[in-house]
Amino acid sequence: MDIGLILNQSITQGLGVQAVIFALAAIGLNVHFGYTGLLNFGQAAFLAVAAYGLGVTVATLGFSLWVGLIVGVLAAVVLALILGIPTLRLRADYLAIVTIATAEIVRLVVRSVTLRDIFGGSDGINRFADEFYALNPFSSGLALGPLTFSRNDLFVVVVGWLLVLLSCLIVFLAMRSPWGRVLKGIREDEEAVRSLGKNVYSYKMQALVVGGVLGCLGGFVFAISSQSVQPDNYGTDLTFFAWAAMILGGAARVFGPVLGSILFWFLLVFINVTLTEAVRVGYITFIDGTQVGQIQFWILGLTLMLLMIFRPQGILGDKRELAFDVK
Amino acid sequence: MNHTVTRIERRRWPALLLLLGVLTACFGLLAAPGNAAKEDLTGEISGVMRDAQGQPIAGVSFQVTNASGFTGSDISNRQGEWVVPIPGPGQYVVSLDPATLPAGVTLTNPERTSLTVSLLSNSKTVAFPTGAADTTRESFLDRFLQLAVDGLVFGLVIALAGVGLSMIFGTTGLTNFAHGEIVTLGALATFVFNNFIGLPFPLAVALAVVVCGLFGALNDWGLWKPLRKKGVSLIAMLVVSIGLGILLRYIYLFFFGGDTEQYASYSGQPGLALGPVDITPKVIIGSVVAILALVLTMMWLGLTRNGKASRAVSDNPALASASGINVERVINQVWIIGAALAGLSGALYSMSVGVNWLEGFQLLLLVFAGVVLGGLGTALGAIVGSLVVGVLLQISTLFLPTEMKTVGALLIMIIILLIRPQGLLGRRERVG
Amino acid sequence: MSSSEKQQEARASLVAVAQEPGAPKPDPILVAVGVQRQFGGLTAVDVSRFELQRGTITALIGPNGAGKTTFFNLLTGFDKPNEGEWTFDGRSLAGMPAYKVARTGMVRTFQLTKALSKMTVMQNMLLGAPNQKGENFFRGLIPGIWSGQEKANRERAEELLRHFKLDAKADDFAGSLSGGQRKLLEMARALMVQPELVMLDEPMAGVNPALKQSLLDHIRELREAGMTVLFVEHDMDMVRDVSDWVVVMAQGEIVAEGTPREVMQQQAVIDAYLGEHHSVSLDSGSGS
Repeated sequence: MDIGLILNQSITQGLGVQAVIFALAAIGLNVHFGYTGLLNFGQAAFLAVAAYGLGVTVATLGFSLWVGLIVGVLAAVVLALILGIPTLRLRADYLAIVTIATAEIVRLVVRSVTLRDIFGGSDGINRFADEFYALNPFSSGLALGPLTFSRNDLFVVVVGWLLVLLSCLIVFLAMRSPWGRVLKGIREDEEAVRSLGKNVYSYKMQALVVGGVLGCLGGFVFAISSQSVQPDNYGTDLTFFAWAAMILGGAARVFGPVLGSILFWFLLVFINVTLTEAVRVGYITFIDGTQVGQIQFWILGLTLMLLMIFRPQGILGDKRELAFDVK
Repeated sequence: MNHTVTRIERRRWPALLLLLGVLTACFGLLAAPGNAAKEDLTGEISGVMRDAQGQPIAGVSFQVTNASGFTGSDISNRQGEWVVPIPGPGQYVVSLDPATLPAGVTLTNPERTSLTVSLLSNSKTVAFPTGAADTTRESFLDRFLQLAVDGLVFGLVIALAGVGLSMIFGTTGLTNFAHGEIVTLGALATFVFNNFIGLPFPLAVALAVVVCGLFGALNDWGLWKPLRKKGVSLIAMLVVSIGLGILLRYIYLFFFGGDTEQYASYSGQPGLALGPVDITPKVIIGSVVAILALVLTMMWLGLTRNGKASRAVSDNPALASASGINVERVINQVWIIGAALAGLSGALYSMSVGVNWLEGFQLLLLVFAGVVLGGLGTALGAIVGSLVVGVLLQISTLFLPTEMKTVGALLIMIIILLIRPQGLLGRRERVG
Repeated sequence: MSSSEKQQEARASLVAVAQEPGAPKPDPILVAVGVQRQFGGLTAVDVSRFELQRGTITALIGPNGAGKTTFFNLLTGFDKPNEGEWTFDGRSLAGMPAYKVARTGMVRTFQLTKALSKMTVMQNMLLGAPNQKGENFFRGLIPGIWSGQEKANRERAEELLRHFKLDAKADDFAGSLSGGQRKLLEMARALMVQPELVMLDEPMAGVNPALKQSLLDHIRELREAGMTVLFVEHDMDMVRDVSDWVVVMAQGEIVAEGTPREVMQQQAVIDAYLGEHHSVSLDSGSGS
């Protein structure tokens, strides 16, 4: 077993693009669920519409990348509005069902053969981020101790973590403002907040939009980092990864989702690479290479269950102000 | 206070482990096919050819090539399946020879006989949708009747899963996102009994239903009851059920593999023509069994002591408990019945679509649609709503591309929530 | 407690008012006409006319299930009537959502206290302040825009908390307060909205007797401060003690109105409380 390889890979990926994507998705989710109590199980849809908004605008319609980014953000805003109008007046578990259904609808539509000319069917859209990489200020990749990134990856990762920091700053400022106070009030009892003259419906909608736009940044990073958008990358698993990251780090904490994403992705990659190595070297004979990849989903499922049962506040959270016991 | 909580946690924790252990043991049986020796070529591109009615098409020729000169080919077998082993991730062109399609079958998009696919992982399934073009062959009314019957049959499958989901929600408040995995378990267990052990199909289904019922009891006893005792909130339990669902799905995938398999019995059964409607005997018998199961469930709810008690628990658990009903026992029975019905649903569903590790999860959203349409928490509502969803889903293919039918059903669910959130048969006060 | 000037004023304004259901008032702050609410086939509320005199403390009493809380919910926009019109300060409120009703200056509390227990007492108070610049998302991001207003709100909240003897608890989670303290907090929080009409749904429910007297005093002080109070209550002694006017509901309708002393003796009220087959006065206490 190559311990060095295992650590290198785990650390690099724990701070790599995937961790950035989950962090951004989870930060948005934190605005939805952690601070406002909205049970959004369709976060993948926000990443998907942003990625596709970008891809379609650039690759299909031929506009510049920057127009594509604006279109992507607008798409996330529109999705939040469409999602919010029918569901924000409903009970929490209905919101859960509708959001997960909407994410599925988005995925099925973009992968459909009927709309293949626009969205590229199950192949998706490719090669639309050259403009981004043209701006790369780094002249070479990075090899710093265990951290190794290629030149392009380094650029994406640096921009990605800057976006994460910016998002955290926005969440930090928003949640210590009176705006955030209204959201926290809604999380606990919307009727009380309504009786004090606050338009609860509007605030929930705002939270949905803000969290959706923050999450959609993850879609941009996903799309640009791989120069492709593929429908099946935006399935329910992506949403649940973001949930696990948020809960692990601590919901309703500014850095909770970021810490959760890094740790969770590190853990997954670590176990994955360790098992792959063990299989390669022959320490483990009863599973094969493809099955190793499936084990990370066992970990995802178990993590969600065990955290919810034994430590719903995660690492950084405060049990006293958690949204989970709102019924 | 804290001390007691930890003690309870410690005592309950082995129960959860046991539950997972038993489950893993159950699937030890399936380990064999998952470990089948691989070819030199590490990846594969595969697919299943079906006609518009979902019946497999044999004898269609496929070719896979890539830029570096790789070429591979296969011809679809009796189950419509084809597999081309490939060297690994990369970009490939998959083409279908339209000359090998049987008469009367055309591709939905006749010009799309070859596809470019890029693989990030080792395997990918590629679909060449057929149908829509043969509508001219049959009259609109005939198509309509055929689809309505198909829809009712599918609706029964959804209803079997939906009743349990709805009853569990009614008695415990849990929105069980792992319910689809019980459906899959029903199909997998039937597959194991029928294909590996070689039991006759009806016996295999019966045993699978028993396995699922036990699994339901175990689910409640090992996981949900301790969580209720611990006072875990409904939202937290909902997230737990999502975690459980993911865990189960990937345990299935691990042991069963990603392919769709057919039952050994009746897989190629020819259809009967009843007037304009084509239907296979196995589907007729399966539907009769489904109807019987649903009627029995309604009778249990309406006539038996425990059934009535379960409705009392749905209405008001505290009051039910005060009037001498053993709430926990009633809930456990609801879990057994709900899971058994879900298992039957999976066993019957897979007769027409094959056995797949993801089938229950894919069905789950439609089950939610049916249950929400009828009114969450009522058994009759779940049945009616599910039948409506099944029929609408099939009928919609008259107007929509087949691949969009799920989108249509989910949109209808969202619209219903908008205009009548309590569902068709639900009571308003259930919506908080 | 000696009768204050405001109390005399309030009672004087009602002297000429007829002691009958739906009686017109000289200066009504709230007028409701033909408000009806049905649940299924049941009529929960059917109020043909109701007027509330400005500057008074008015009690809304009636047996369980009389529709008092439903009527409250309808007036404050928390429930929608099947039909009906009502105006607050001359402004029609029918069909107006609850948050807008609160902004017009008509603020309510709840029977089951809705203190936000996972927020601190101070945060609860600040949530009540109206027209906060920082409650807009974008302005909220720049503390400079709202910090001045926040400071002023905080000072006002501190003053109110001192008045309600909750100042020592300002930084505690509201969940740590006793039942009575939560009622006080809810009332103080409602005052942050700067209402003209305060509607209290069973302010005494679940409050220990020692706190009741101070709650009563606080209700009187609302009137002293120029506000109008409408409250739902079961406790007859308290109603008699504090209210200037009493409105009695039974089976969804207003069956009697009057000063506390006189309304208790009306046959309709006795019937409402004891059922129609009894013929005893509420004061006598002897059954048949």
